[in-house]
This record gives sequence, structure tokens and C-alpha cells, in this order.
Amino acid sequence: MSDKVYIAGLGAICAIGNTADECLASLKKGQDGIGEPSYLRTAHAGEIPVAEVKLSNTQLAEMTDMPSGTSRTALLSIVATKAAIQDAGLDLSTLRIGLISANTVGGMDKSEDFFADFMANEQAGDLAMVRHHECGSVTELVADQLGIKNYVTTISTACSSSANAIAHAARLIKAGMLEAAVAGGTDALTRFTLNGFNTLMILDRQRCQPFDENRRGLNLGEGAGYVLLVSEKTAATLTKQPYAQLSGYANANDAYHQTASSPEGTGSYLSMSNALERAGLQPKDISYINLHGTGTNNNDQSEATAIQRLFHPHFPPVSSTKSFTGHTLGASGGIEAVFSVLAIANGLVFPNLRLQEPMEGFDFSPERELLTGKQLNHVLSNSFGFGGNCTSLLFSKVS
Amino acid sequence: MKAYIRSASAITAQNTFEQEQLLNEIINYETARLKAIEPDYKQYLDPKAIRRMSRIVKMGLTTAKDALQQAGVDQPDAIVTGTAYGCLEDTGVFLRGMIGQQEQDLSPTAFIQSTHNTVGAQIALNLKCHRYNNTFVHKGFSFENALIDAMLLLAEGDAQQVLVGAIDELTDDSFAILNRFDLYKTGDVNTATLYTEPSAGTIAGEGSAFFVLDSAPKNGDLCALGAIEIFYNPESAADVQQKITAFLSAQSLTAGDINLVLIGKNGDEKTDQFVDQFANGLFNDLQLCAFKHLFGEYPTVSGPALWLGAEVLKNQAVPKGLTASVNTPLNKLLIINQYKNKYFSLMLLSAV
Repeated sequence: MSDKVYIAGLGAICAIGNTADECLASLKKGQDGIGEPSYLRTAHAGEIPVAEVKLSNTQLAEMTDMPSGTSRTALLSIVATKAAIQDAGLDLSTLRIGLISANTVGGMDKSEDFFADFMANEQAGDLAMVRHHECGSVTELVADQLGIKNYVTTISTACSSSANAIAHAARLIKAGMLEAAVAGGTDALTRFTLNGFNTLMILDRQRCQPFDENRRGLNLGEGAGYVLLVSEKTAATLTKQPYAQLSGYANANDAYHQTASSPEGTGSYLSMSNALERAGLQPKDISYINLHGTGTNNNDQSEATAIQRLFHPHFPPVSSTKSFTGHTLGASGGIEAVFSVLAIANGLVFPNLRLQEPMEGFDFSPERELLTGKQLNHVLSNSFGFGGNCTSLLFSKVS
Repeated sequence: MKAYIRSASAITAQNTFEQEQLLNEIINYETARLKAIEPDYKQYLDPKAIRRMSRIVKMGLTTAKDALQQAGVDQPDAIVTGTAYGCLEDTGVFLRGMIGQQEQDLSPTAFIQSTHNTVGAQIALNLKCHRYNNTFVHKGFSFENALIDAMLLLAEGDAQQVLVGAIDELTDDSFAILNRFDLYKTGDVNTATLYTEPSAGTIAGEGSAFFVLDSAPKNGDLCALGAIEIFYNPESAADVQQKITAFLSAQSLTAGDINLVLIGKNGDEKTDQFVDQFANGLFNDLQLCAFKHLFGEYPTVSGPALWLGAEVLKNQAVPKGLTASVNTPLNKLLIINQYKNKYFSLMLLSAV
């Protein structure tokens, strides 16, 4: 049993790039991916901007050798998981490898089309469109494509889902149950989620401004983000140095309200401080926080309060990359894990776009510009969700 | 990894909740859709809150609170749930509204409660529990994955007492859709003769089962959960036999050491033929006891199966309506579940 788990590969697809490299280029250029939907069919088009992946289902299906009717959630996941595996350059056939994937609404992008027909007539609607409705079905489609059988599971804890998937994978590796794991999450834009968040009146009609005093809400996004985690022993067989170590993780619950975060940020404070404790680090050791930073009034206030309490007076640079990608829900923890690791590997702190007036009452504010040439030793990534689920991941430079 | 089951609570199609005698009267059904028998929730939940809750939330929260109460635990160190389908009722309500009203003038309530972690979250909220909280949603392994996570937490030393549960609800919509996949029987059904008169399809079920697992033994434990293993899509009956034998062997046991096997037959002639193939070669008829005629078939029915196994060991008796006739003492009980002949799980229970 070894306590060390390393990040050996990265894979991401979202509104700012179809690969991790493309995402990095957009993050450096300060170029967001938020705008009018091209593929999501919704009555709210033109009124509510979204952060869509810039590929059609047909293009994604061609890239992944999947039938064109496959759920977009699965297609995005296949693109990013394959990229993570390829990036690590590992021969998986000799390893005990798992797939720990997260999503929030499974194949809902297809089910919601099916349901319109089904509502009119219970015998109507193409069953192929609901065959992979379940969250676990999406993961299974991906596992079959990757040929992963040893341990395959799906986690769904709303917007903290994929951060929990990464932490769970690390624990399976530490326990000796796996030697490597592809872990992260995926979610496609659906009318179901867009309308759901719209009823909560937390969708920004413009491009979002996380941690701004005058923030108006979040932009929904889509994508998939995965890391390839390996044990210390497997890391020693890699042809290249691992990107980073997953040095800490913690899962806590805010236990305040089904959807709202507590004003004190109890859950986020606990997840951040417990992740630090697991890694044996102090707040002053943290080089950058990739915020949950959705841009909603409630989340940002709560998260900022927790950061103020935990980090004062040693505030590291912070930013929300959701200002680029929108909130990708079950994928966000995975995508932001990839970004956090890229930050360490490239010595970068990504900007928090469109920040005009920092939130009042706090002694820190997000970075407006890209910071380069930084030595980032420890990066914290936050993911908080409905149901009070709060998870923080801590990535450290390999010493 | 080993855990002690402090308590168990289940709401199913049988009188499993608040029962005085273990399955004293088994209810037979003449329908392919078995509905959970729900208790009067007012004793367990805030009456105002009950009105807003879907059935899955009510069943889950009630059994969770009952399990905690039985175990004498106010605050578990972790809450882990497994659900294959999640909150279908609220998902359906929101979908119907969204489609019917062309995405206009929708209420957020159903959406808020539609996420798969709603039950786990509601338990945390109810207990004001800030500790570890996770939800597994992997088809026929959802509950097993939650159980493995719970046992991992105990082994890591991060938790001493974990609340773990399985919940799934069946709705009119989900039953209608699953029916179109030819999952369920279409002709006459009698759950009393589910295995003796095999035909195509199974019977649908739903329910909730929660447990408090402890890392250390205590007075009043129901039993010990010695090991759990899952395997996906086995190649053959021989492959399953080999896996069962290896699983038992790792615990220094053979098939003959098992007093009772709760076996996941479901009345579908295709599945049951395969189950018979691997089970009959390893165990004799007296060891084998099927359970899905009680609860129906659904992806997290291994939850109620674990409830039954734990209660049988605690009571040292098999309910008289079940087919197995075994001699006491009952020391070792094995649960072999299969879902769609793809998702297999093995759970080994020991009397304490």
C-alpha cells in the first residue's frame, strides 16, 4: 500500500477546446467559449448564452467511431478519456485499471427528445433513445470503448460529481484495488438542465462574471474532463514524468439547504481545510485556488467567506475558469482538475475573465490577467453542488 | 475489509418495515409490478416536508433514520447511497412540464429534487451531518459500489460508523418504458410460483434499504459483512462458479460451509436457467433460497437482500414462507445476486 497517487495523463473537451492543449491555448489567450447555442435546441436560444462544445454530434461520433445516435454525454466522455490514456502513453493491457466516471443527467439529451413522443403516446418514441438514459449506462458505453473491465463505476453528486470520482479513484489505488484509473466526469447541455437552472433564476443573460460584486448568475456549459491516475509503482514505469501528485482530497456536506449554500460556507470551508490536512499542508502553502466560482450570488458569497476564513492573511491567487467554460456541472471537477494540473505544469495562474468590481467585504480578489512564470507547488480545486456536496482536490508539484 | 452490521431498515413490497416477526406473512402478488408498502411517514418526517417529497426521498430518509435509531447513532461518520435510476418521479414531473409548457413558466421544485444525490443530501440536511457524503449510480452495481466505498472508509480509518443504503423507485412512466424493453412478464403472474413456472420476463420492484456499518463489533450487531465482490459480464456459468469458489476460498471457506445462500433468481426463464447452471453445481437445494419473489427485480434489490440476510442471521431462522429449510445454528450466509445476468455480486455474512 502506497500513499502516493500521481496524475499521468490529461484529457479535456469543453467550449474552449477539443483537447487539453487547445483548452490551455484559450486559457492563455483569455478566450472564453460562451455564446449562442449551435446544437442545443431550446426555446431559450438567443436569450440565455451557453458554453457549448464546438462540434456536432455527427462530428463527435465520427471522432469516436460511435453510432451517430449516441448520447452526447457519452461521446464527450469518450473523447476526453481516450485523450487522457493516450497522453500518459501507458500500456493498459498489463495494468489493473478502472474507470471512475461522473455525470449528472446521463443520456438525458436523448431521453428528453424521446419523452416528447412518449408523452403523446406511451407506445411511441424510439427506444434506442432511452436505452442509455441511466448515468451508469453512459459510463458503461465509455468503458466498453476503452476496454476497461476491472472496476467501473459512476458517481453523481450534482456539481461536485467528478471531483468525487477523482478522489474515489485515488482511494481505490491507495487501497491496492487498482494500479491505475481514468477518473473525471462528463455532461452535455440539455434542455432539462438549462430549464432547471433557469427556474432557479440563476442563469446569467450575459457572459458570467464570477466573484464580481455585480455578478448575475452562471452560464451553463458542457464537456468532459479526465485525469489518468496511477499508483507510485506504476508511475515509476512511465516514459515521462507525471504532471503532478494528487496530494489531498476531501468531501464534506454543507447540510444547509437542498440547493443553496450556507452564508458561512461551512461545507466549502470543511472540504478545503480537510484536503489541506490530508496533505499535511497549511493555507500559506497553497499557490493557487481554482474556484468553484459559478457566478451566482449565493455560491460566490459562500465560497469567498470560506476562503476568507481559512486563508486570511495568506491569500493565494484565485480564479474561476468557469468564466471561460461555463459551469459544466458533472464535468466541472474533471475539467478543472485538468486545468489545475496544467497550471502547475506550465507555471500559470489563469485569469478570471470580466472581473470589473471585486466582491465587497473580502481581503482578496481573483486575478484579472494571466500570471506566467510562477512556481506553483500546490493547487486547490473546488467543486460544490446541490445537496450541499462539497469536494476539494489538492494537486502538488512532483518533487 | 470487514464490517459489522449494526442495524438494517427496509421498505419493500413485503412488510419489512417495523416488522415484529421476520416476514411472518409473505405477501404474494398477481401482478408484474410490485409496489413498496409505505409506512405512515408522520412518525419519521416533518409533516410539512412530507408533502414536497417524492416517494424515493420519503422511503430513503425514513429507512435511513430508522437504521440510525436502531443503531443508536445520532451522527454517522459518512453517508453513502446507491441508486440506479435516481429520483424518477421528480425527473418525470419536470420533463412533462418542460415539454408540455414549451419550456415556459416552470416551477423549480421538481428539478431541485431530481438530482441523484437528493436522498443522501436530504439525510445530511435532516441530521445536519457535515461529514463525507457520496452517491453511486452505476446500474446493477449502484448499491454494491456504495457498500465497497463504505467498507473502504472503515478500512482507511476515516470513519467508524457509516450509513449506507440502496434506493430506487418505480414510476408509471419508468414502468411503461421498461416494459417496452420486454423486461417484465406480460401474462398471468403469481409470485408464489415465480420459479416453478418459469416464463419470459421478470417482475418489477422498488424499495429502500439502509444499514449502519461499524468498523468494530458491538453488542446487538445483526451480523458481520466479511467480504464483498462484484464482477461484470461473466463468460460462462463455469466462470461464475470459479469466481464464487475463489471468493469463498479467500475467506478459507468452501461451498459446503455456507448454511444459506440467498440467490438472485428472478423468474425470467433465461436468467434463471443460467443461475441454476452455476448454483446447482456448487450448492444443494437445501442451501439455496431465492428472494426476488418478495421484493421484485430492480438494480438495487441487493439492498433488501442484505437486509434479509442480516435479519436471518440475527433471528437464527429462515422465514417459514421461504423455500430453504436449514438447520440452525446459521453461521455463514452468502448472497449471490445477478442483475440481467451481467451484474454479479457476492456478499458473505457471518453470525456474531
